[in-house]
Amino acid sequence: MNRRDTLKGLAAIPILGTYLISVYAKEKERERSFFDFLKDFEKDHPLIEKKIIPEKSTSGASNKVIRLGLIGYGIRGTQLAKSAGFVYPEKLEEFKLAAEKDKGDKRYETIMQQEDINIVFNGICDLYEPYSEKGSIALANKDRKTKSEFKGQPVKRFVTYKDLINSPDIDAVIIATPDFWHAPMIIEAAKAGKHVYCEKCMTHTLDEVYDVRKVVKETGIVFQLGHQNRQSASYIKADQLVDNDVLGHVSLIETSTNRNSPNGAWVYDIPKEATEENVDWKQFLKPGMNQPFSKEHFFRWRCWWDYGTGLSGDMLTHEFDCMNQVMKLGIPEKVTASGGIYYWKDGRNVPDVFNVLMEYPKRDLTLMYSASLSSSRERKRLLMGNDAVMELGGDIVMYVEPGSKRYAKLVESGKIKPELPFVNWQPGSSQIDAMTSATQKYFASRGLLYTMQNGKLTDTTFLHIKEWVDCIRYKATPSCNIDQGFQEAVTAHMSEIAYRENRIVKWDAEKEVII
Amino acid sequence: MELKKSSINILIVLRILIGWHFLHEGVSKILKPGWTCLGYLVDSQGPFSFIFHAIAKSTAMVNIADWMNVVGLTAIGLLLIIGLFERPALIGGAILLAFYFLSHPPLIGISYAMPSEGNYMFVDKNLIELVLMILLYTIPTSHIVGLQRIICSPKAETK
Repeated sequence: MNRRDTLKGLAAIPILGTYLISVYAKEKERERSFFDFLKDFEKDHPLIEKKIIPEKSTSGASNKVIRLGLIGYGIRGTQLAKSAGFVYPEKLEEFKLAAEKDKGDKRYETIMQQEDINIVFNGICDLYEPYSEKGSIALANKDRKTKSEFKGQPVKRFVTYKDLINSPDIDAVIIATPDFWHAPMIIEAAKAGKHVYCEKCMTHTLDEVYDVRKVVKETGIVFQLGHQNRQSASYIKADQLVDNDVLGHVSLIETSTNRNSPNGAWVYDIPKEATEENVDWKQFLKPGMNQPFSKEHFFRWRCWWDYGTGLSGDMLTHEFDCMNQVMKLGIPEKVTASGGIYYWKDGRNVPDVFNVLMEYPKRDLTLMYSASLSSSRERKRLLMGNDAVMELGGDIVMYVEPGSKRYAKLVESGKIKPELPFVNWQPGSSQIDAMTSATQKYFASRGLLYTMQNGKLTDTTFLHIKEWVDCIRYKATPSCNIDQGFQEAVTAHMSEIAYRENRIVKWDAEKEVII
Repeated sequence: MELKKSSINILIVLRILIGWHFLHEGVSKILKPGWTCLGYLVDSQGPFSFIFHAIAKSTAMVNIADWMNVVGLTAIGLLLIIGLFERPALIGGAILLAFYFLSHPPLIGISYAMPSEGNYMFVDKNLIELVLMILLYTIPTSHIVGLQRIICSPKAETK
């Protein structure tokens, strides 16, 4: 082989070298333009996580078992029990088999690996007998056994919620009943000195909001409202970013609910075996109510004002609480609402299209909420600032405003490009597996189901319950406490009143009354 | 017919350019975290789309397809640039291009979700690159400029 051969043989190698150097330079440039900003930003504005629970417990009884009771083992009650680590053995067996068939199905693994927060259930109350029976077995499954392994004794079934609340071996209750029963149960529990975790909407009527706040404050119980978004990494991060004024002045927030399935519109399956014999209809109704027995009303109560709060209490509250968490909005000064029953003409009297405008003149801000139960097209949750826009869901995407003065230098130097996101913060929630229903997918896309904690995908409802239990142990105040609950419920009821009475509803912040 | 020296040189340049294109397609995918061909497969239309949709349905198959794309594109690109095993590389490249072409044939009446940067009818750039690779297969050049010249039969082309 002569010199000429060697030269010609190696002639293409410099081209390869050129390629590699170019790719390296291109990557460097991309990294700089995309991530340097965030790094600089974190350096200048350290994003410190807020801790609710003190690092070290001051009380010696910190790790004692908290004894719970569950009122309501319907769809949400079942989910709450599961999030707390208590799954019906047959269901757990189903998850295990599914995981054996499909390695991507992580439901079994997630439950088995979930931290034990040292709680037991000592009672259950549900007005539909089969649910009560099923729940009594699920709540006894502390050790997370499958059907073939489970040997436990069912927990005590109470006929009335009052008996459950007043049972001496119960320290705290989880309430997952129709909205119209929340207030009487919270009040009963608080008076008995029992701590409360209650599902949204906190109350059914405006009057109840005051009563509930009064009794919770007077008795000093630990109260947590079930807005698990409080635990979602993306909202916590968004809260920090907003506190650091990354958006400039936000004068418009757009939020929405977009669902399109019978389940999403609360047309739940009615169990075939349900009859007047195994449904305690008499107890379901409040004193003074005399509606005739209806399986539809019992199982699909969210469709009627008599029992639920419609889109205002059911879905608007999710969006409002997320924004209240991030923006500290409080109760709006003025609310208008419109909508109608435009698709689900199934006898319901709550609207399926619902639009609400909330005005915050003191904050120079409007929050716009728009809901449809007949189209699932995703509309991003937008915080529109004069310096930047934030799209907030399971992750955070931010775009700079081309005319922003704050970011002008970064835009001019090419570090930020207005057409590309300059912050794209993903806590990794794309790993979610085996989402079985459209409703679940919907909640996941809005960052309400899962979050990342210590690099692991974690159920936000579990974290929300854990925070409540920890607060009971350490005598601390949970993130979605009674003050947050008061704001949530008043806002929901103002929206409902604005729609039903077709008027502008104002809030007198001094007197704490609506006008 | 003997090829002119200038024609041979153009073929060498062509081989290196195609290699560069393949290499960068492969490396870009390596550098993009979480890249997958799933969206591309789902977007497939035309008479052969059933094959690509079937692949898209299986996580395992998508993983294999991702791997073959990344490794295939990078390796083929590398081999074409340095001039080694060019014929197997050209066959591999032509097969990949055939897949791309068949999954997204530019037929009349079909439009794709994935944007393309030109306008095509029956003929697209994948098809042209594919034919060029077949051309290169018939006239190998690695033994003239390329590592092949050093490694295999160095005497053959020294005159």
